[in-house]
Amino acid sequence: MFLNSLLPMFLGAIKYTIPLTLISFVLGLLVALLTAMMRLSKSRIVRTPAVIYVSAIRGTPLLVQLFIIFYGLPSIGLTIDPFPSAIIAFTLNVGAYASEIIRASIQSIPIGQWEAGFTIGMTKSTALRRIILPQATRVSIPPLSNSFISLVKDTSLASLILVAELFRQAQEIAARTFDFLLLYAEAGLIYWVICFVLSLFQNKLEKRYDRYVAK
Amino acid sequence: MFLSVKGLAKSFGNNEVLKNIDVEIKEGSVLSIIGPSGSGKTTLLRCLNALEQPDKGIFSFSDGLIINFDNKLTKKEILQLRRKSGMVFQSYNLFPHKTALENVIEGPVIVQKRNKAEVEELARELLRKVGLEDKMNLYPHQLSGGQQQRVGIARALAMEPQLMLFDEPTSALDPELIGEVLRVIKDLAKENWTMVIVTHEIQFASEVSDHVIFMDGGYIVEQGKPEEVLKHPKEERTKQFLDRILNPA
Ligand SMILES: Nc1ncnc2c1ncn2[C@@H]1O[C@H](COP(=O)(O)OP(=O)(O)OP(=O)(O)O)[C@@H](O)[C@H]1O
Ligand SMILES: [Mg+2]
Repeated sequence: MFLNSLLPMFLGAIKYTIPLTLISFVLGLLVALLTAMMRLSKSRIVRTPAVIYVSAIRGTPLLVQLFIIFYGLPSIGLTIDPFPSAIIAFTLNVGAYASEIIRASIQSIPIGQWEAGFTIGMTKSTALRRIILPQATRVSIPPLSNSFISLVKDTSLASLILVAELFRQAQEIAARTFDFLLLYAEAGLIYWVICFVLSLFQNKLEKRYDRYVAK
Repeated sequence: MFLSVKGLAKSFGNNEVLKNIDVEIKEGSVLSIIGPSGSGKTTLLRCLNALEQPDKGIFSFSDGLIINFDNKLTKKEILQLRRKSGMVFQSYNLFPHKTALENVIEGPVIVQKRNKAEVEELARELLRKVGLEDKMNLYPHQLSGGQQQRVGIARALAMEPQLMLFDEPTSALDPELIGEVLRVIKDLAKENWTMVIVTHEIQFASEVSDHVIFMDGGYIVEQGKPEEVLKHPKEERTKQFLDRILNPA
């Protein structure tokens, strides 16, 4: 049973869980960077939409967001397939949480770094790109890695909007065989293995970025 | 006259930090600014390259550039002004993710878009000049304070500015490291760089300066040649300040 179910779950992970995680995370980071820049803007008109977006996403359950997009939007004529619905929901979710991480990382860089950039003639955007973001990246790698690992696990919620990912495979097999404990434990184990491997990468990445910092 | 500043004023909230200040900076000369803590020395220096935007005042440069702070500066004016000067900070502010050499070439390559190989050649020469030829590929955290500050000086020089600004370049340093940094600045003075130096090193100021300004409470209280202001001050406040700094209790 364990081995028979391993293949469909594994395929679910390869075909859905992992692509869903990767695509949502990359798109989410882009949304997050944009949102962080908007929140750091001097202009209130630019800041406000970003503040509302972050507050709304953080203040509502991810499951509710998924359901609004997949089950809710069709009633205003907007029907989106399960997989893209999940991408949209997870992207928006990552975008909001990661924007706070990026914003805090940018603000943690001493103002003197901006000023040093200005005194060698840099504009704000050049200083951001060349001086601030590289340093902020280092600061934000540990919390962003945590978001990434959370996202792997959160993608299991996509089973509830019919995405045939890892956990949905487990549910479907269990519905036929009634081996609930075995199958759900097996699913859990696969998530654990994926997250464990990711945390090894995280350590590597942190080491690489630590090379210019005093110990 | 390289730069003449007229009627410079700057407040932070209701705190008037600079009150109608006039300064003249001669081409190829060294101007030192001394004064008690909070007197506005750093603010004055930072106004000179618009890191702080003055509320009022006019800068007239010898090349005809005139900057009037009565209206808010445009981005273009700020860049124009900034690119005239290089700045050396009290806390060095080196880029920690770049080696000494990368710190020095960053401005010329990225801002001035000069040829990278040429700039590296120039940067090596500058680092040699400040005595760091064997440290070029180290990161700031691998350097002592004195070495970091010398990289900071090389980084500013690499932009080939017309004016060098120093804000207490040695006050974050251990006493035994001060000399190596002051020596570099003295060498620049010999090469006739135009410089403005905020410092608490009175002995150094008297050796290196052509002109000294004593500030207190947002005003220039006294100014003149170093032997006048530092050896024979006329104003009571200057005397008290020098006495306190030269004979600490
Ligand atoms: N960014 C700022 N915001 C508000 N107040 C400021 C700011 N920068 C300086 N000030 C105030 O302006 C006054 C002058 O500060 P400034 O740093 O120019 O003094 P200073 O002469 O350089 O002193 P020190 O010798 O301690 O460096 C002080 O009262 C200071 O608190
Ligand atoms: Mg100061």
